[in-house]
Amino acid sequence: MTDGGTAGRPRRIVVCIKQVPRAQELQVDPVTQTLKRVGVPSEINPPDANALEMALQLKDRLGTEIVVLSMGPTSFDESLERAVAMGADRSVLLTDRILGGSDTVPTAYALSETIQKIGGYDLLLCGEETTDASTGHVGPGIAGHLDLPQITYVSEIRIVDGKVRARRTAEDGTEWWGTTMPCLCTVNFGCNRPREPTLTGKIRVKRGGLVTHWSCADVGIDPKKVGLFNSPTIVAKVDTVRLPSRSGQIFSGEPGASVRKLLASLVADRVIAA
Amino acid sequence: MTDGHPPEDKTHFHGVWVFLEHRKQGLRDVSAQLIGEGRRLADLRGTTLTGVLPGHGVDDLARHAIGYGLDRVIVVDDPILETYASRPYAQVMAQLIRRHKPEIVLYGASKNGRDLGGRLHAILETGLAADCVKFDVDAEGNLDMIRPSFGGKSLAHILCKKHRPQMASVRRNVFVAPPHDPTRPGEVVREAVTLTPADVDAALLEFEEFTKEGGLQPEQADIVVSGGYGMRDPKNFAMLQDLADLLGGAVAASRKAVDSGWVPKMIQVGQTGMTVRPKLYIAVGISGAVQHLAGMQESDKIVVINLDPKAPLFEIADYGIVGDLFEVVPEMIRQLRALRATGASVPTAVPATAR
Amino acid sequence: MEQFDVIVVGAGPAGSAAALTLARRGFSTLLVERGRSPGAKGMFGGRIYAWPFAELLPEWAKDCPIERRVVRENLAFLTDDASLGISFDAPKMAQGRGASFTALRAKFDAWFAKKAQDAGAVLVTGIRVDDLWREDGRVRGVFVAPNDRVVSDLVVIAEGATSTLVRKAGLKADLEPREVSVGVKETVELPAETIQERFGLSETEGAAYVFAGSASLGLRGGGFLYTNRASVSLGLVVSSEDLSRKKVEIQEIQTKFRMHPAVQRLIRGGKVVEYSAHLVPELGAGMMPRLSGDGVLVVGDAAGFLINNGYTFRGVDLAIASGVAAGEAAEAARAAGGMTAANLKAYERFLHRRNVLTDLERFRRAPLYLKKDRLFNVYPRMLMEIAERMYTVDGSGKERLFDVVLDEAASAGVPKLKMLLDLLQGARSM
Ligand SMILES: Cc1cc2nc3c(=O)[nH]c(=O)nc-3n(C[C@H](O)[C@H](O)[C@H](O)COP(=O)(O)OP(=O)(O)OC[C@H]3O[C@@H](n4cnc5c(N)ncnc54)[C@H](O)[C@@H]3O)c2cc1C
Ligand SMILES: Cc1cc2nc3c(=O)[nH]c(=O)nc-3n(C[C@H](O)[C@H](O)[C@H](O)COP(=O)(O)OP(=O)(O)OC[C@H]3O[C@@H](n4cnc5c(N)ncnc54)[C@H](O)[C@@H]3O)c2cc1C
Ligand SMILES: Nc1ncnc2c1ncn2[C@@H]1O[C@H](COP(=O)(O)O)[C@@H](O)[C@H]1O
Repeated sequence: MTDGGTAGRPRRIVVCIKQVPRAQELQVDPVTQTLKRVGVPSEINPPDANALEMALQLKDRLGTEIVVLSMGPTSFDESLERAVAMGADRSVLLTDRILGGSDTVPTAYALSETIQKIGGYDLLLCGEETTDASTGHVGPGIAGHLDLPQITYVSEIRIVDGKVRARRTAEDGTEWWGTTMPCLCTVNFGCNRPREPTLTGKIRVKRGGLVTHWSCADVGIDPKKVGLFNSPTIVAKVDTVRLPSRSGQIFSGEPGASVRKLLASLVADRVIAA
Repeated sequence: MTDGHPPEDKTHFHGVWVFLEHRKQGLRDVSAQLIGEGRRLADLRGTTLTGVLPGHGVDDLARHAIGYGLDRVIVVDDPILETYASRPYAQVMAQLIRRHKPEIVLYGASKNGRDLGGRLHAILETGLAADCVKFDVDAEGNLDMIRPSFGGKSLAHILCKKHRPQMASVRRNVFVAPPHDPTRPGEVVREAVTLTPADVDAALLEFEEFTKEGGLQPEQADIVVSGGYGMRDPKNFAMLQDLADLLGGAVAASRKAVDSGWVPKMIQVGQTGMTVRPKLYIAVGISGAVQHLAGMQESDKIVVINLDPKAPLFEIADYGIVGDLFEVVPEMIRQLRALRATGASVPTAVPATAR
Repeated sequence: MEQFDVIVVGAGPAGSAAALTLARRGFSTLLVERGRSPGAKGMFGGRIYAWPFAELLPEWAKDCPIERRVVRENLAFLTDDASLGISFDAPKMAQGRGASFTALRAKFDAWFAKKAQDAGAVLVTGIRVDDLWREDGRVRGVFVAPNDRVVSDLVVIAEGATSTLVRKAGLKADLEPREVSVGVKETVELPAETIQERFGLSETEGAAYVFAGSASLGLRGGGFLYTNRASVSLGLVVSSEDLSRKKVEIQEIQTKFRMHPAVQRLIRGGKVVEYSAHLVPELGAGMMPRLSGDGVLVVGDAAGFLINNGYTFRGVDLAIASGVAAGEAAEAARAAGGMTAANLKAYERFLHRRNVLTDLERFRRAPLYLKKDRLFNVYPRMLMEIAERMYTVDGSGKERLFDVVLDEAASAGVPKLKMLLDLLQGARSM
C-alpha cells in the first residue's frame, strides 16, 4: 500500500467503537425466549476492531494521533483500555444515565457533539455495522450531523497529497473514492487482522489517565435530544424465530460410511434422485 | 445539518415513497421488489405510491419503474446525480421529503441504501429501521417495521410513533418483484432541487466490476455447495465445484472465505451477502456464525460437514458429517460418481414437480 | 519507551514475592504474567508452608484464600491392592511458624499478586515475555516484539520450571530429562461435609497424604492428596526419565493411582473437574543455574528451588523466600552502586539467611536417594508382606517380627547389608 508521503497526513483520527456481547455466545433462553445476555463475555464490535487496526496502520505509516471514542456504560472501559493497549493514544467514553435507550439518531447526534468537543480531527472511522444493533446507520448519521464527506464499506485507505483515497466494496464491484479531509469512513469487517495488545500498551493503560469519561453536561449535549424517550424508534416487541425443525442426524466415524448414510438419507428424502 | 426542530404534526404526512436505486441505467432488483411491498402498504393506508429517482437522463427508467406498480415517479435530474454519491443524494432526498412530507419512505438495504438512509435519518431526525423483512400497519396506523435481530435468532418489531416520515430499509430478495406492466399509467414529475458543485464532496474515481462467473448462480440453484474458512486454500474450491456439478448445483461461500480473497464477493452468503433458499444447502468447513445463518437458514435441507462437532451450524443441520472435509468431500464425489455409473438415473436435484 | 527499575517475569509465588519486596523498597516494578490472570496457568491445588509470610505479610492469614489448615499428615505405602499407612495428628501444626495450608493456585496467586500491586508494583497480564533485552552485554529489560520492549536495570526471572529466559540469559543449558519430573494434578470435587466426615476434620482443618509404592506403578516418584474446602487435589510426580524409558504415559499412571482402593476410599463419589500437568525441577540444588548475572536474577522453580524428600514437597515456600531474597539483593546492589553481577551476588547471602540454599544443600542427596528403585518397588511390597504376616492370624503359627523382616528381605532379593545401607543413607539424606 502506498501513500503519497507523510505530508498532509491526518493529524488526528477518531475511531468510534462499541462494546458488544460476543455474538457466538449469545443464546436464546429456551424458557423465556429472550436473548441471554448476562454472563456473556464482551468484545470490541468486530468491524470496529478492523477500523481501529486501519487507524493504527495509518499511524504506523504516517504518524498520527488516534483517539478512540465510545458511548455507553462504564463497563465499556474494558474495550477502550484494550484499544489503548493496542496502540491508540487515548480514549473517551461518553457515559451518562440519560443516554440509556438511545437509538441511532441520538447516538449519532451525541457522538457528533463529542467528536466536536475532541476537535482537531481529520479522519473519523466507524465500523460498517455493529453485531448487536446491525444497522450501520450511526457512521453515516455522524457524517450527516457534521456535514462531512462519507465513504462507507471501506477496506483500504491511502493518503495522497493530503486527500483520502478509499476502496469501497459495493455489491457489484470495487469502487475507489477520493475525498478531502476531514471525512468519515466506515470500515469493512474482516479487511485486516486487528493486532493484539502490547506490553507497552498495557503499561500505558496501567499508568492511567488515558481513558477519559465525559457526561452529557461535559460535552454540552442537549438532554432533550437523547435517551429512550427522545429516540424516534422503539422496539415494540421481539418475537423468537421458530425455525423449521430439522432432523439433526449427525454421522461421524469412517468417512466412507458417513457419506453412504448421508447420500442414502438425501435420496430417501427425495432431495437428490438415486 | 440537523433541524433541531421538534417533530412536526404527523397528520401532515401522506403517501408512501420508494427510493429507486439504479446502476448503469438499470433499476436494481431490490427497488422493483420494494415497489411491490410499497404498493401493498399504500393500499393499506389508502394513499399513493411514489418512486423517487435522482439521476441524470433517467426518464425512461422512471417510466419503466411505473410498470411495477407506482402511481408516480419524482425525477430529480442533474449531472451531479449521474452516479450515486452520499451527500448530493442525501441533499436531494432531504429537500424532497421536507417539501412533500411523505408518511413512509422505503430504501433497499443495499450498501447505497444504507449509506443514504443512515445519513438522511440523522439530518431529518427521524426513525430508520434497517434491513426489514416484513411490514404491518398497527391499530394506530403506524408502520410496524419487522427486522431480524442477532442474525435472525429473533425478530424485532420497530415502531416510529412520533416522528415522520417512518423510514426503513428492506433486505433484498425478501419480497418478490411484482410482474411488470409496461402499459400501467403513471406520472413522471420532474422536481428541481438546488445543487451546487460544492455539494459534491467526494468523487468516484474508479469502478471495477466484479466478474460474474458464468453458469448457475447460487440464488437460482436448487442445490448450493458452500465453502468456508475450513477450505484453507482457494484451489480447494475446485473440489466443491466438482461436487456442485455432479449435483447440478452452484458454489457459494462464507464471508471469511471471501474476505480471505479465495472466492469472489459475488458468491457470499449471509447477512451482508446474498440470501439463498435452495432445496439443499451443503455447508463445508463453515462454523455457522449468526451472520452466515441469516443468509441460509431457510434452506429446505441443510447438510453440514465440519471437523468440529461443536460447530454451531450443526444445531440447524438436517444431516451432518463430523469429519475432515478433505476426506469427506472427495468421498462424496466418488460415491456420487459410482452411483451415476451404476444407477439408471443421474443423482441431481429432484425436479420440484416430482416432490 | 516504557522504563522500570525492575521487571519481574512471571506472577507465580516467586514473582509476586519479588515484586512485593521490590515495590516496598521503592523500586518501580513491573510484574508481567502471560496468563489471563495470575494463577490461571498455574497448577491448581497444593499445600503451602506458611513460614515465609511471618516476615513478609504478618497479617497474611486475614485475607489469604486458605482452603484448609493442615492438621494431619499421612504417609501411605501402596501395593497393587493393599496399603500401609502412618498418620500423624498435630493440631498444633496448624498454628505458628510451622503452619501449612492447602490453597487453590488460581485464587492464591491472584491474592498474592494483588499484594504486590497494593505495594505499588504494576501488574500486566496476558503478555508472554519472549526474550531478554540486552545492551552492552548485559540484560537491560524484556523483549516481547520488535516494537514492544521495556527497559529496566534488573530483570527477575520467575518463570517457573519451564523457564526459557534462564537459558536465553546464558545462565543455564537446556533442561535434561533427568533433571525434571512430570507432575499431574486432578481436582476432585466433593462436598465440604463429605470431606470433613471422611477425613475426620473440622470445617477449617485439612489433611495431607503422601503415597509411595505402586502409586507410581513402581516408577520413581510418588502420589499426593490434599484436602481443599470442597475438593481434593490428587496427583503424582514421576521421573520423566523413567516415563520415557518405560514408555508409559503419566495419565495412565494417574488413572491407575486414582483407581487404587486406598485412594478410591478417599475420593469416592467425587467428580474430576480439572486436570493439569506441569514439570517439576527434581534435582534441587543439583540442577541450579547460575543465580545471577549482570542485570538479572533467577528465583523460584526457574532456579530449581524445590525440595522433594519423600515426605515433604516444598516449592511454593522456597519460591516466596527466594523472591524476597531477590528483592533484598536488589536493594543491596543498588546501595553498592548498580545491578552488576558482582553486586547481585549478595542474592546468595540472602537465600542462605532464609535457609533456602541451606535446605536445598541439605537435601541435595534426597533426589538421588529417592531414585533408588528399591524404595519405590521393593520396600513397599516388603513392608506390606510383613504387615500381612503380622496381622494374619490363621492358626499357622506366629513368627517373630525380626524373622519376618529378614525372611521378606531375603525373598525380595535384598541382601541384609544393602538394606542396612539404604536405611542409613535414607536417614542421613532425609
Ligand atoms: C458485520 C458483519 C457482517 C458479516 N456478514 C457475514 C456474511 O454475510 N456471511 C458470512 O458468512 N459471514 C459474515 N460475517 C462473518 C461471520 O461472523 C463469521 O466470521 C464467518 O461467517 C465465519 O466464516 P467461516 O464459518 O467460514 O469461518 P470459521 O468461523 O473460521 O469456521 C471455519 C470452520 O471450518 C472448520 N474446519 C476447519 N478445517 C476443516 C476441515 N479440514 N474439515 C472440516 N471442517 C473444517 C472449522 O471447524 C470451523 O468450524 C459477518 C460478520 C460481521 C461482523
Ligand atoms: C503437580 C505439582 C504439585 C505441586 N505441589 C506442591 C505443593 O503441594 N506444595 C508446594 O509448595 N509446591 C508444590 N509444587 C511446586 C510448586 O508448584 C512450585 O515450586 C511453585 O509454583 C514455584 O513457583 P514459581 O513462582 O517459581 O513458578 P510458577 O508457579 O510456575 O509461576 C511461574 C509464572 O510465570 C508465568 N510465566 C512463565 N513464563 C513466562 C513468560 N515468559 N512471560 C510471562 N509470564 C511467564 C507463568 O504463567 C506462571 O504464572 C507442585 C508442583 C507440581 C508440578
Ligand atoms: N455506542 C457507540 N459508541 C461508539 N460508536 C458507536 C456506537 N454505536 C455505534 N457506533 C459506531 O457506529 C458503527 C455502526 O453502528 P450501528 O449503526 O449500531 O450498526 C459502529 O461500527 C461504531 O463504529
